[in-house]
Amino acid sequence: MSAVSISNLQRLSGGASRETWRFTADHEEFVLQRVRPGTIGGFQVEPRVLSAAHHAGVPVAELVVDGAERTELQSPFMIVRQVEGETIARKILRDERFDRARIALTSQLGVAAAQLHQIDTASIPGLVADDQMNRYQTVLRDLGEPHPVFEAALRWLHINQPESTSACLVHGDYRLGNIMVNEQGLAAILDWELAHIGDPMEDLGWLCVRAWRFGGAFPAAGLGTYDELFDAYASVTGVRPDPDVVRWWEILGTVKWGIICISQAATHLMGIARSHELAAIGRRVCENEYDLIELLTERTR
Amino acid sequence: MTAPHDRPTAAELLEALHEWMERDLLPGVDGRLQFHTRVAINMIDIVRRELELGPDQEARHEAVLASFGMKDDEELATAIRSGTFDSDLSAVLMRLLPVVEDKLRVANPRYLR
Repeated sequence: MSAVSISNLQRLSGGASRETWRFTADHEEFVLQRVRPGTIGGFQVEPRVLSAAHHAGVPVAELVVDGAERTELQSPFMIVRQVEGETIARKILRDERFDRARIALTSQLGVAAAQLHQIDTASIPGLVADDQMNRYQTVLRDLGEPHPVFEAALRWLHINQPESTSACLVHGDYRLGNIMVNEQGLAAILDWELAHIGDPMEDLGWLCVRAWRFGGAFPAAGLGTYDELFDAYASVTGVRPDPDVVRWWEILGTVKWGIICISQAATHLMGIARSHELAAIGRRVCENEYDLIELLTERTR
Repeated sequence: MTAPHDRPTAAELLEALHEWMERDLLPGVDGRLQFHTRVAINMIDIVRRELELGPDQEARHEAVLASFGMKDDEELATAIRSGTFDSDLSAVLMRLLPVVEDKLRVANPRYLR
């Protein structure tokens, strides 16, 4: 890379394991994500996933520098071109500015999911399979807090587990909050760090989990019907998702978010990161228990 | 009624704190601090509701566990995990609904439908 002048460097909020920075270089905006020093690994597979998605026509931020093996910043990093738009779910669901976007978004999310699921996983070295049910069952047990509703839901999931139809690239966190939206709708799918090989219906189920509707009245991202989502998906793949399989993944997604809420509170309680915000999330666990009872009984159907 | 303590009661103290945060603190903050202030106000309200509803809810929780023949959530969770209730999981979940509704009445009553 030739020398360029960097300006407007600013730190954005980041996750627990990475830092996010925004900067301008030669009048263009970029986003730098860097593994927080002291964290093991990071960005080994994500840049490859991102460029594979880009080549497949999935709307993503364009990868500019793959810093997985580079040493300039002391820890692995990647730089992407900044995509303009909004990520805050409540604004996307409610602001007048996104009236047109809301009409288009469910179908766009169905199409983009189908496109990303069609990417050849052999083209992404290092991408590994992840057994979500087994993983979260173990997390729940290790947390050591008894939750009869989650245990019942996990038994139901175990008994009713659908046969996986295919092993695809799965985004792994496909939901409102992790997508960039502009006035026309979907601008980019972000946050690929949980990408793995799995059942493609995992992404559709997760998209419909009640927590990710952010108060919206409809199942798909709070703003579309299952039919809209499935029709759009089928327009790319030629195969309509099986609603029962998506529902199975929505139920697992609800258990998963509930368990993540317990572990976020545990992060505070164990002193890893003292935070009243994390503490408060512990009292959101029961929202997921309530949703699971609704999903697994005939209470409202 | 709150002997050995004087008034304000615990609930009244929290109410006063909530009022001050909403009236004087919130208008002066924005961004992340505003969000974290709202989280704090919400936590105060959770404790207020727990003080009010908690004692009755404890009795109901125990009654539901007893109806399963269990002494605590740990025992019930273990029984469910081992497959004891596999033949009728939705009935188990229906019987747990009142307990979960009670938790929501404290944590986030607007979530109930």
